[in-house]
Amino acid sequence: MRLWLPTLLRLVALVLLVAFIVEPQWFEPIFKPLTENNAPAIYNQGSLLSLTVQHLQIVALATLAAIVVAVALAILVTRPFGAEFLPLSRSLVNIGQTFPPVAVLALAVPAVGFGEKPTLIALFLYGLLPIFENSLTGLTTLPQPVVEAARGVGMTGWQRLMKVELPLALPVILAGVRLSVVISLATATIGSTVAAKTLGEVIIAGLFSNNLAFVLQGGLIVAVLAVLIHDALSALERFAARRTGRAV
Amino acid sequence: MTLRLDKLGVVIAAIVAYGALAAPFATFRANRIMSGEARGILEALPGWAGVLLLFILAIAGIAALIKTPALVRLGAAAAALVALAVLIGVAALHLTPEGNSFARVSPASGFWLMLFAFALAAADALTRLQLTPLARIGALAIVVAAIWLLLALGGWDGLSILKEYANRADSFWAEAGKHVTLALGSLAAAIVVGIPLGVLCHRVDGLRDAVLNVLNMVQTIPSIALFGLLIAPLGWIALNVPGAAAIGIRGIGTAPAFVALFLYSLLPVVANTVVGLGGVPRAANDAARGMGMTDGQRLFKVEFPLAFPVILTGIRIVLVQNIGLATIAVLIGGGGFGVFVFQGIGQTAMDLVLLGAVPTVALAFAAAVILDATIELAERAKGGVA
Repeated sequence: MRLWLPTLLRLVALVLLVAFIVEPQWFEPIFKPLTENNAPAIYNQGSLLSLTVQHLQIVALATLAAIVVAVALAILVTRPFGAEFLPLSRSLVNIGQTFPPVAVLALAVPAVGFGEKPTLIALFLYGLLPIFENSLTGLTTLPQPVVEAARGVGMTGWQRLMKVELPLALPVILAGVRLSVVISLATATIGSTVAAKTLGEVIIAGLFSNNLAFVLQGGLIVAVLAVLIHDALSALERFAARRTGRAV
Repeated sequence: MTLRLDKLGVVIAAIVAYGALAAPFATFRANRIMSGEARGILEALPGWAGVLLLFILAIAGIAALIKTPALVRLGAAAAALVALAVLIGVAALHLTPEGNSFARVSPASGFWLMLFAFALAAADALTRLQLTPLARIGALAIVVAAIWLLLALGGWDGLSILKEYANRADSFWAEAGKHVTLALGSLAAAIVVGIPLGVLCHRVDGLRDAVLNVLNMVQTIPSIALFGLLIAPLGWIALNVPGAAAIGIRGIGTAPAFVALFLYSLLPVVANTVVGLGGVPRAANDAARGMGMTDGQRLFKVEFPLAFPVILTGIRIVLVQNIGLATIAVLIGGGGFGVFVFQGIGQTAMDLVLLGAVPTVALAFAAAVILDATIELAERAKGGVA
């Protein structure tokens, strides 16, 4: 019975979030004290709803691409054919993480122009690393007896991968996806410095016009989104872990 | 004797072949914001140098392609990297018309692709050599020295990024100082606060979940928002707390950036301290208690030494992350290399973006190599003790 309180809090957060995105004017009195000189208390240079949707779209697209590439790479380097690439891929993951998102963003601009594309590239590159690392961990720490048993019943390499290895590694892979999504949600706001339509626009508009209410709105929406998505993915992970009987 | 192909080598040779033969080596622009004209290797370099570069690239590419000992691969990749680094400077001088200070020459996609391919080859060879931590730091020092030498000798003076630097040499070092101060200072503050907090969380059960949850929440706030949100409270402190303004606390500038970086740094430090202390074998603790050690003695003589590598891992995460995040501090007037990145984005002057981005990446990379090596050393020292 200890579970109902956190669930209730999350529901309240979700309802408040949706209400705020759809009808931000209702909340004007709360943000009014943060503004000076009669500045608008609620972001008025665009719809919060469409910015939120675009923000989520960019993150979802980048994460999906990252999942496909990272899991495929992890599968490749854990097969006998790709074993040669395993040590290198590990050090690459390490090196990749040292690239600051702003640098990736700024360097992608000359190649693909301003807007959503550099943001997608930066989020994709950033999303790759946690997912790859976790997929690698998941696929290399499988319980040996199970893998042996799969081999023993005459499964082909492909069958073993699809029916045994990937399902067993799924909870760990999902943990990587969760990490990557939470990082991407926050990083996507930086994309607005190169004119991507994300919630970062609200924050940056606030920074430039010295309007704290905007900064807080943008920051809060992203933070609440991140917490809710983090919790949803954690639940999915627990579900996957229960199905495989593997403790996370 | 049959020649066997190296799988990674096939990828590297393909990238090098494309970069050398199909992609442009350098870009020439009449001034810094004009769009560029691409030049291939033979067009960009004086006759002898172009042929020499193609020759070195071919040899190094073949050394990567077939199975060769790791040392040979490393040597070949290093030779190719040195040749690329020196000759891009030669190309810049060669392409710039005599006495023209507006023209800009910058490396083009072919150069970057080949640099990436041979860096990959070198990284692969270094991984295969399984260098000791000290040797890795030594390798880093050699690379730094080589780059410094090339800069000091003026080998790259013709390149556009250094022309941007020449126009801003003073502010470059000032911003570099701010950047490093922000990244290291907030890390130091996070260590001073985070480790005791971690110890407390480890000892007091109820506290752990609460503290870690709050710090987790902080991480979900986007960095630019957190920077912005700190403007108000710090501005208020500066106005209302006597002496605060005198020590540099202000609403905009370095103070909110410092506090934001500090807040982001806390989670990895605290979490890794908790995990590290939690991983100390029960037997070690029991033995220490049995010897009559006090709680304080046990902490400093048993738990800290054993948890040290894990705590250090947290510090590595924080340092690399802070060096990157400090680039955003400029949005609230905090300075740092971000100044050049955002000025460059604003003026669509990519050389200026590079002037901010390259040192940031280099700093983060060097910090990662040094701390990774230190962590490994600490683990060995621990292995010797336990």
